[in-house]
Amino acid sequence: MKFMQEYRDAEAARKISKAIHQITTRPWTIMEVCGGQTHAIVKFGIDNLLPEQITLVHGPGCPVCVTPLELIDKAIYIASRPNVIFCSFGDMLRVPGSQKDLFTVKAEGGDVRMVYSPLDAVKMAEKYPDKEVVFFAVGFETTAPTTAMAVYQAEQKGLKNFSMLVSHVLVPPAIETILSSPNNKVQGFLAAGHVCAVMGYHEYMPLAKKYRVPIVVTGFEPLDILQGVYMCIKQLEEGRAEVENQYTRTVRKEGNRPAQQLIQEVFRVVPRKWRGVGEIPHSGLGFQPRYAHFDAEKRFDIAHYTTDESSECIAGLVLQGVKKPNECALFATDCTPEHPRGAPMVSSEGACAAYYRYRRN
Amino acid sequence: MSNKTQGADLSMGPVCPIPIREYPQVLLAHGGGGKLMHQLIQKMFGPTFANPLLDTGHDGAVFSLQGKRLAFTTDSYVINPIVFPGGDIGSLAVHGTVNDLAMCGARPLYLSVGFILEEGLPMETLWQVVQSMKAAADRCEVQIVTGDTKVVDKGKGDGIFINTSGVGVVGDAVDIRPQRISQGDVIIVSGDLGRHGIAIMAVREGLEFESVIESDSAPVVEPILDLLQAGIAVHCLRDLTRGGLASATNELAEAAGVQIEIDERSVPIRDDVRAACEILGLDPLYIANEGRFMAFVAEKDAHRAIEILHRHAVSKQATIIGQVRQSDRPVVVLHSQIGTRRILDMISGEQLPRIC
Repeated sequence: MKFMQEYRDAEAARKISKAIHQITTRPWTIMEVCGGQTHAIVKFGIDNLLPEQITLVHGPGCPVCVTPLELIDKAIYIASRPNVIFCSFGDMLRVPGSQKDLFTVKAEGGDVRMVYSPLDAVKMAEKYPDKEVVFFAVGFETTAPTTAMAVYQAEQKGLKNFSMLVSHVLVPPAIETILSSPNNKVQGFLAAGHVCAVMGYHEYMPLAKKYRVPIVVTGFEPLDILQGVYMCIKQLEEGRAEVENQYTRTVRKEGNRPAQQLIQEVFRVVPRKWRGVGEIPHSGLGFQPRYAHFDAEKRFDIAHYTTDESSECIAGLVLQGVKKPNECALFATDCTPEHPRGAPMVSSEGACAAYYRYRRN
Repeated sequence: MSNKTQGADLSMGPVCPIPIREYPQVLLAHGGGGKLMHQLIQKMFGPTFANPLLDTGHDGAVFSLQGKRLAFTTDSYVINPIVFPGGDIGSLAVHGTVNDLAMCGARPLYLSVGFILEEGLPMETLWQVVQSMKAAADRCEVQIVTGDTKVVDKGKGDGIFINTSGVGVVGDAVDIRPQRISQGDVIIVSGDLGRHGIAIMAVREGLEFESVIESDSAPVVEPILDLLQAGIAVHCLRDLTRGGLASATNELAEAAGVQIEIDERSVPIRDDVRAACEILGLDPLYIANEGRFMAFVAEKDAHRAIEILHRHAVSKQATIIGQVRQSDRPVVVLHSQIGTRRILDMISGEQLPRIC
């Protein structure tokens, strides 16, 4: 298949692997930011093709995993209300709140629906004018344009029964949080290709300069990731700290301007809580005042609710790359995909779920 | 809302083996063909109804009655949409049960049918389903010899639910069950995987692709009877329905206590199905099929088995995808496309499309 099979070629993978071995002279720690990359690394066993000196740590780029517990609880509260149709992407449905998950709400009679696009939720609001239709807007910059488009369309259509519970987060502030932490071990980054397809990669240049760290915009297929690692290691070995683009077939430096404009039309940058990490300034998207009437937290009067997170789950440390999933005491015993104690065990992009599925033994 | 964990003990007494506190209600995943369904069968249904026939964990029960060996099985069909590209609930209800009998090495003879109809179902729809069942039964050379009809209030069903049970005869020399899987057995799949699940999902979710992906729903009786007729050492058969190849291989690895090794590159998957899976973030190895099976065959017979399977339209793309190894622990190992190894795990419930 075009643009897929050719990036999964075993012979080409072996060649890049050999090239990485040849240029690596000492230990390096690289973080892949995006959960999609973590999934590919573990699914294809890409780390097995790397020299022992290279450690890959898994970053905070799984949108399900970083959504804070209190937002899940808010979602469950809204979804349990009568007269509400609660729409969500599939992998949010099994994330445990402090008492239950959205699947359980559905089993208890709540009208919880899995959608593939926020625009489907807008259509549903049109179809059921007597119901309150709420969309759970989760994700990074990648999904933000479609979320913004849904709000924009709902405004154009004058829909009064549509709202969103927003938990959009931004990648660069998370990278900065990791880099400025005294525990930081990460020496180079593979930036998330699809986030950069929307936003471009100029935002990463000040980070590379300030923290003297190479950042390589990387795709998601095995050969993309191997090439991203190669480019990152090459910079590290040569003492360079630049932003480079491995994923040139998709990413331009300036990104997708119309998508960025749409995001800015509907959303503004706000501080946001990250699960296991805490609040990061300027790290999320919230409604612009002129679209605030679509804010489900206001509509259902739950903005003030808070929930404390479990102290046993080390999701925060996993998401910052300080610990690996199998270093958690709960891993594969008290925490499994059937009974997840933390979100990284739920999403197929979550580092813990990826380790559970492919690395248990 | 609070962060307090639930203090109340919801357990309903000591008898229920499923941790009720964890699952006070049945979830959709309990029927998803993954771990939760497996757990329900292993912990509740299996021990409660325990008997030697049930305990084999096969697709149907095989037993002797007055000198004749019979296979007996049942299956329920709750599919939405009722009509989908490549089939409908009627043909599916015949193929599915006939295929379960075929997995026991049986020639299917008779089916029963139970209809649960929802008030308001258009009579025209029911007529089409019934016609489709008749055509499928004729094609499979089985007769529908008994039946039952119930109607439930509007809103209490989903148009139409069908249950079919089936009886077939099994040859004297046939011994097909998970426990016969042995080291060195070659694993054959009968054709490309993932089409049924993707066809249903495309209709249900209004997803449009360049080409229509049709379900693989079809009877697989003839190629299997041909294999047995030719004296091929078939040790086990399994249809690759809910949970797909991944769940079926895991169930059998556990039942037989062996290690199963699969070469990902040799698993046949059509490009359009692969593309749909990539877009939705699904893994085709977990997607349901309705006209595909996996055969565990003695290594010496593998190539002859492939030759025989290729004579039938339904299995003309049959191919070897792996082999059975001796192991201390039952596990399925996948040799990935880029030449690495990993575990192929059973899924928990249903596959959930990814966010991005």
